Amino acid sequence: MMGDDDSPRLTLPVGPRDHVQGVATAPATLLEYGDYECPYCGAAYPIVKEVQKRLGKGLRFVFRNFPLANAHPHATLAAEAAEVVGAQGKFWEMHDTLYEHQTALTESDLLRYARGLGVDRETFTTELRRPVYVDRVQEDFSSGVRSGVNGTPTFYINGIRHNGSYELDVLLEAIGSSAAPGAGGPSPPRATSSRGRKRSGV
Amino acid sequence: MYRLLPAGTQAPEFILPSTPDQKVSLSELRGRPVVLAFYPADWSPVCSDQMGMYNEMLPEFEKYDAEIMGISVDGVWSHAAFARDRKLHFPLLADFEPKGDVSRRYGVYSDREGESERALFVLDQRGVIRWSYLSATGINPGANGILAALDRLGKGKTSK
Repeated sequence: MMGDDDSPRLTLPVGPRDHVQGVATAPATLLEYGDYECPYCGAAYPIVKEVQKRLGKGLRFVFRNFPLANAHPHATLAAEAAEVVGAQGKFWEMHDTLYEHQTALTESDLLRYARGLGVDRETFTTELRRPVYVDRVQEDFSSGVRSGVNGTPTFYINGIRHNGSYELDVLLEAIGSSAAPGAGGPSPPRATSSRGRKRSGV
Repeated sequence: MYRLLPAGTQAPEFILPSTPDQKVSLSELRGRPVVLAFYPADWSPVCSDQMGMYNEMLPEFEKYDAEIMGISVDGVWSHAAFARDRKLHFPLLADFEPKGDVSRRYGVYSDREGESERALFVLDQRGVIRWSYLSATGINPGANGILAALDRLGKGKTSK
């Protein structure tokens, strides 16, 4: 009934507010709504890195916050901390650090990571209390709800929700078939297997 | 096979237990938008199952003064334990006896599985279905369709 053709679309386009790796002219954009404390996002983290490595300049990657505050008590503060450090120019470094230390996300852990990236204690603790970062994370979250985020992580490929799994081959194939319609060469068959379909419920 | 009740239909009345000693009747909720989320079963082994996601999204629903309720064929004690475990802050109704009766009346019961399908209904303040959606098997529908339907009802701040 619901194929990728009527899969939900991003309601908030990628823009200057976003954290982006890669150039806007890249043929494909992969956008993730993620939660720093979610183990599934943690599992997807190295896969996304590998996808980026393989596609190089062919891919733009965007990360938005979708902290599941009830399920993950540290997720919201971690997201805000990444935004604080991001405002100091080190978003991706903090993003990576958090995913590499998912089980240590207390406020003192966050401070330690921030300091490790050259953000001093006073800046970090002062900034972390400012509502601008709370608003920012909530704005990401709301945009995700509107766009059909249905779990974490949820990926969008060129603005359309990816309903398959986030295994490496599935992601690469989905990006490949989305990025280059008629770009020469046969496009790979679409993933039809339900293998690894994320969070199928029940 | 049952047929998903379409938009424009008066939502069938029901009275279902929400806890071991409380019942919810649909007609009590007139005057507010209602979201009914039928789902197959409690205890999906993930941190972001459908009910868990709606739980996280409650502030978005509250902007519309909408009441959201989950419905499955699980009994009240399963619902109570599931809600406690996942820290759910909205009611789960037990369509348990007669089993699946309400799900059948809304056209979203699977005889094969003996469970409700994954289906969504948005009801207006008068209890008329304004949007309904049957989800593809295995795909968690998210909340974008619900919010779009609530938008069409007229944004929030409805007269109570």
